[in-house]
Amino acid sequence: MADQATFADDAMPFAPQLYSAALRMTRNRADAEDLVQETYLKGFRSYSSFTAGTNLRAWLFRIMTNTYINTYRARQRRPDETDLGDIEDLYLFRRISDINDPGLGRSAEQTLMDLLPDDEVKQALEALPDNFRIPVILADVEGFSYKEIAEMLDIPIGTVMSRLHRGRRAMQKTLHDFGVGRGLVDATITTTPADDARTDR
Amino acid sequence: MNECNDLDCLQTIRELDVFLDDELSDEARTAIRHHLEGCSDCLSAFDFHAELKQVVATKCQNDEMPPELLSRIERCFDVDLDGDGVIG
Repeated sequence: MADQATFADDAMPFAPQLYSAALRMTRNRADAEDLVQETYLKGFRSYSSFTAGTNLRAWLFRIMTNTYINTYRARQRRPDETDLGDIEDLYLFRRISDINDPGLGRSAEQTLMDLLPDDEVKQALEALPDNFRIPVILADVEGFSYKEIAEMLDIPIGTVMSRLHRGRRAMQKTLHDFGVGRGLVDATITTTPADDARTDR
Repeated sequence: MNECNDLDCLQTIRELDVFLDDELSDEARTAIRHHLEGCSDCLSAFDFHAELKQVVATKCQNDEMPPELLSRIERCFDVDLDGDGVIG
């Protein structure tokens, strides 16, 4: 049993992570701040039910996820279950690899970091319907396991996996569409003479 | 690029997510590692998605928390929340 007197010290270090995730969930600052505050209030009140030594971060995220689903989502009056169209595997990879490979050097990470602006990545994630967005936030941004996410959302692990799979692909399609909008992807790849002359790839 | 139509490739790509999430069984993970050693097409697809996952994580958690939010939360801990007459 955890001691309420230590709650602030134990739990406050997770506030920045919770705030970022809250922003991705609520999509606006005012609601994100309220959601984080409410999460800490609930955590504080029920801290005696937290088993000391287990994963406090997962416990806080579970509280926040449930608070979001029960309060903010209801307020936003969005449909509970929204489906996404089928998007093929490797959607973005197949379209971006043309500009990922030649001339741009070996660091795929640097390339993608540069190709995808922060705002577009956030928007692509925030554009997902709730039931896909929340698993993607918990897995890809926060690094929780399938089992932890299944417990937080009270859904089977298979459902977590299929929502992640489809949510990620929908996000890739959005990123691709943004890239097309900026003339980056799918445009004819022109190679400059300087690139042609480069041999030290 | 090669479209990875080999049966092994299709199976490997199907498990790409679960592999990158580190949620495969030891046996399945070893099989995929083995395939990736001999298949540069699948390897580059895996590299791409590993990097994409990293980029998404990095870019989606760099928001700066408003400093006043911390003090707002901490103020909540100083009141008698559960009404038992004791602060906290």
